[in-house]
Amino acid sequence: MSILVNENTKVIVQGITGRDGSFHTRQMLDYGTKIIAGVTPGKGGQSLQGVPVFNTVQEAVDATGANTSVIYVPPPFAADAIYEGAAAGISVVICITEGLPILEMMKVYAYLQTTSTRLVGPNCPGVITPGETKVGIMPGHIHQPGHVGVVSRSGTLTYEIVHQLTSAGIGQSTCLGIGGDPIIGTNFIDALSAFEQDEDTHAVVMIGEIGGSDEENAAAYVKENMTTPVVGFIAGRTAPPGKRMGHAGAIISGGTGTAEKKIKALNAAGIPVGDRSMDIVDLIQNALS
Amino acid sequence: MNIHEFQAKDIFAKCGMAVPPEKVAITPDEARTIAEELGTAVVVKAQVHVGGRGKAGGVKLAKTPQEAYEKAEQILGMDIKGLTANQVLVAQAVDIAHEAYVGIIMDRQTKRAVFMVSAAGGIDIEEVARDTPEKIHKLAVDPFLGLLPNQARMLAFKLYVDPKIAGQAAKILTQLYNSFIESDASLAEINPLVTTPDGQLWAVDGKMNIDDNALFKHKNIEAMRDLEAEEPTEVEAREADLSFVKLDGEIGCVVNGAGLAMATMDMVNYYGGSPANFLDIGGSSNPDKVVAAMNIITSDPKVKAILFNIFGGITRCDDVANGIVTALRRIAEGPGGPLKLPIVIRLTGTNEEEGRRILQKVDLVATDTMADAVQQAIKLGNN
Repeated sequence: MSILVNENTKVIVQGITGRDGSFHTRQMLDYGTKIIAGVTPGKGGQSLQGVPVFNTVQEAVDATGANTSVIYVPPPFAADAIYEGAAAGISVVICITEGLPILEMMKVYAYLQTTSTRLVGPNCPGVITPGETKVGIMPGHIHQPGHVGVVSRSGTLTYEIVHQLTSAGIGQSTCLGIGGDPIIGTNFIDALSAFEQDEDTHAVVMIGEIGGSDEENAAAYVKENMTTPVVGFIAGRTAPPGKRMGHAGAIISGGTGTAEKKIKALNAAGIPVGDRSMDIVDLIQNALS
Repeated sequence: MNIHEFQAKDIFAKCGMAVPPEKVAITPDEARTIAEELGTAVVVKAQVHVGGRGKAGGVKLAKTPQEAYEKAEQILGMDIKGLTANQVLVAQAVDIAHEAYVGIIMDRQTKRAVFMVSAAGGIDIEEVARDTPEKIHKLAVDPFLGLLPNQARMLAFKLYVDPKIAGQAAKILTQLYNSFIESDASLAEINPLVTTPDGQLWAVDGKMNIDDNALFKHKNIEAMRDLEAEEPTEVEAREADLSFVKLDGEIGCVVNGAGLAMATMDMVNYYGGSPANFLDIGGSSNPDKVVAAMNIITSDPKVKAILFNIFGGITRCDDVANGIVTALRRIAEGPGGPLKLPIVIRLTGTNEEEGRRILQKVDLVATDTMADAVQQAIKLGNN
């Protein structure tokens, strides 16, 4: 099993004809993802890599019955793309785009609470259920099917850890990038709750970083509600306060959001935290045994 | 992006807020002229992106234009907590009967713009939050409704008993909210919001922090960037489209991905070294970016070794290797000659074998694990 996406997931690519959209459509198709439609306003009627292109998400959904979309649309237009996906009834919208203004995301988030659409991201690598489907930009070949769920705010740090797990023969059920922005559609608790309900996820790795208090909230949730073991890694122990470390959400401000606080909260909830990224392998092996 | 007090108050004023008449001066002469034009006592205030200016001597009252000249002379060029005051704001002095704090932040927990107001103003709001949190009143604003008049009144009555003053405050809170939303701010505050003895409210100090992701919508605000107030290497990095933060250590880091870059810094520290910087080179293997990254890192005299940590997913390792080799050749052909610092490169992922072959041909050390690379870089840096 898995969470959010599987071999039956039918995907629309929003922004399919753009540079990133077209490149990653090819990559996703090569992995075996069922991409059944693409949307670029004005390019309806065209076909890209054998995928029919529509002018609007609604037209694409009406024609194909797609239930998931992935957005490769530049920042000025990405919020609108999310609204469009939700309005067309897409169940899971995955927004890869980095750079959405935070006040736009504030409204997007509030609006989505009134819909049944789940947003993943923005500023995320996407979601992959190894061996079944890849909806995003992660390199498929480092993943391996298995029983460890991975949820992360990062991109390449996630790949680093997944690579270590795969090399140790530990496969993954679903890897979910929740993104590096301060306001995101799916947070750690959302992901952990889904993994808890997935019978085939036997342990979870949560990869956090400085900024905000999502990890602390998740630790409290894990303590109260989870039986599936969780292990963690927090990046940014050496980050200085007040500086944005790449990700818009990776900033220590007013004493909150430090790696130290997060590690303390995770430990207090019984979640062991790796000192180095490769320590996750040992922690997971302990958790699975 | 931070903007100066005078820029924030300009934005507030454009939303109709009562801001004391004031103007920026970059020389003592200008300060004197402004004081003459205003015709009142003035306050001369250093314009620096840091709090605690007053305690550091960067805010001075001047009763005459000549005094304004003298105070400006003292303050211009002053070092305030590591920043140089290159500009001063010369503002009409206001008699202070009472000081309040009002501010709005983009709150990640509630995912709302949240008002914080306190009758205990004029001092560090973080101190108030820590020591007497009951003195702060909060209100989360609905993203679609905005600040409703009754909410503005409710906050105002938390601060003032006199309805005439509360009325002015409600207006100011609305204007502050409008400034926040219209400028895509992450923070907007007035501290102190002053009540004069005759019952007038003035926004005597203003601060705003603008969402970097929204600057594309606000070219006029982007133009407010004070390059002199920023670390020069960070300015250079932004212009080269690199994500870079200068630190204090001796291991220069070049990594693809922000989370991995932070984890790399952390691992350098774990193994007893000290990171010189955070640098996310992104998914590009473009030699121009590698050259820019290396130039920025090597301009730091503390750097003793350079560590590349590249996990190639979509980014191909052979492309990155070629980028590094090209960059080193360009640097060698440049005025400084070949790079003298040891370089350790960790390259894993797509086409890693090919990537390592390319590096070995020019005698560059390539490792396949992050831990190896970090330890080697620290060792070479110590030699």
